[in-house]
Amino acid sequence: MYTEQVMEHFTNPRNMGEIADANGVGEVGNAKCGDIMKIFLKIKDGIIEDVKFKTYGCASAIATSSIATEMIKGHTIEEAVALSNKAVVEALGGLPAHKIHCSVLAEQAVKAALWNYYEKQGIDPAPILGENALCDCHDCDHCGE
Amino acid sequence: MEKFIYADNAATTAVSNKVLEQMMPYFTEQYGNASSLYSFGQKAKEAVNKAREQIATAIGAENSNEIYFTGGGSESDNWAIKGVAYSMAKKGKKHIISTAFEHHAVLHCLDKLKKEGFEITLLDVHSDGLVRVEELEAAIREDTALVTVMYANNEIGTIQPIKEIGEVCKKHRVIFHTDAVQAVGNIPIDVKDAAIDLLSMSSHKFHGPKGVGALYIRKGIVIPNLIDGGAQERGRRAGTENTAGIVGMGAAIEIAVATMEERAKRLAEIRDYIMDNALKIERSRVNGDRKRRLPGNVSLCFEGIEGESLLLMLDAKGVCASSGSACTSGSLDPSHVLLSIGLPHEVAHGSLRLSFSDENTMEDAEYILSVLPPIVERLRLMSPLWDRIKMEEKENN
Repeated sequence: MYTEQVMEHFTNPRNMGEIADANGVGEVGNAKCGDIMKIFLKIKDGIIEDVKFKTYGCASAIATSSIATEMIKGHTIEEAVALSNKAVVEALGGLPAHKIHCSVLAEQAVKAALWNYYEKQGIDPAPILGENALCDCHDCDHCGE
Repeated sequence: MEKFIYADNAATTAVSNKVLEQMMPYFTEQYGNASSLYSFGQKAKEAVNKAREQIATAIGAENSNEIYFTGGGSESDNWAIKGVAYSMAKKGKKHIISTAFEHHAVLHCLDKLKKEGFEITLLDVHSDGLVRVEELEAAIREDTALVTVMYANNEIGTIQPIKEIGEVCKKHRVIFHTDAVQAVGNIPIDVKDAAIDLLSMSSHKFHGPKGVGALYIRKGIVIPNLIDGGAQERGRRAGTENTAGIVGMGAAIEIAVATMEERAKRLAEIRDYIMDNALKIERSRVNGDRKRRLPGNVSLCFEGIEGESLLLMLDAKGVCASSGSACTSGSLDPSHVLLSIGLPHEVAHGSLRLSFSDENTMEDAEYILSVLPPIVERLRLMSPLWDRIKMEEKENN
């Protein structure tokens, strides 16, 4: 069912944990759906100096959040903003069709953390991340809630 | 040698060596068609009828003519439920009573019938996973065509008050079907004593081969065919007999019943041992009544974690098990069984089912108990939901 890369990230997740003095924290998903992803960012001088994640969910959820942190760590904010779920899926060598939504959640978790960072900096996140960047789980087609 | 512990016998079982031995000749030497007139075919027919007897004896049926072979439990359920429904609809009876946690083979039949104008009442199974007979009796109406209640639930293993239900149905003259797929071979069944009118079973749940099952139809109950065609099964279920499969099923059920008492005792010990020790993990629970359950069934929930991850980590340690999380069910909701006993979604997602058989030992139980807590801990360390749970706990104290 899963690629080697997915299993690797599931078995040995990268950057799992919290950042005590994070300057951007985002959480998406909900317990009812069975998927929650939380991203902690430490941003300095426009670079993602450190990033950590915590995830409640299936192997896909854990793998997508793990690889997402790897893909943005040490990169610029702009590159993190540009992180797409497609790129996450590609980096994992593919995901089963019914698990693609996990990659979407990972992208949204990163955006939620960035949104929080901008808000804390007193900058309006909407023009940078887009009006609809924040995932509102109750609007998500996937759950149909 | 890598560890391999198969703890998912409720999903399927291995064909035992004794059963395989009995089946083999019917693949290669005695391959005749059981409906053929010549003696080569009649030998196959004899084997089929012997299996029929074995099954009738195993469930206490009056006559082996009341046993019909099918392609499995799902087919038996479909035939029984749709058959009774269509036959009773002609008499103006279009109400069916069942339970909220039947197998999908039952529930989806009922969904279909509902679209065709039947009224379906699904009984509450309460937090202990047991149907209340008074509620069932209260639900019976003038136009009730059928009561269908599973003998034992596949996920949480709880055993329903089948004899009492049979009595009530008899009293009100309502046909009573039971999906006994999980019960046959594990607990004693007597269709006459329990006043059961139709009973579904499936060979691969008791060490017989996959692809063959049976439907017990009490003499006097007449239902239309599900599968029309040739005259096999006395014209009631077409299709060339799966002789080898049927022989396997007969052999398997005979062995299962003969070894049942001793196995039930041994497995109940393993089951209770695992449940008692797993409950030492904080914020865990057993699903369903602890006593009125199949001897080999363990059903647990661990808060703050998700089932698929749990299963894959157990798999990495060589343990095969199952779960009722949404991800494992392939749908958006966790298992309807766990929801039916009142579990909130997030608790149901963290479920684990272990189911044991003759092959399992106390050593298996010890091993499972050695790998399970670290896995739960590891997943909780990763989980923001667990963090939230712990925080709320602190706040409440």
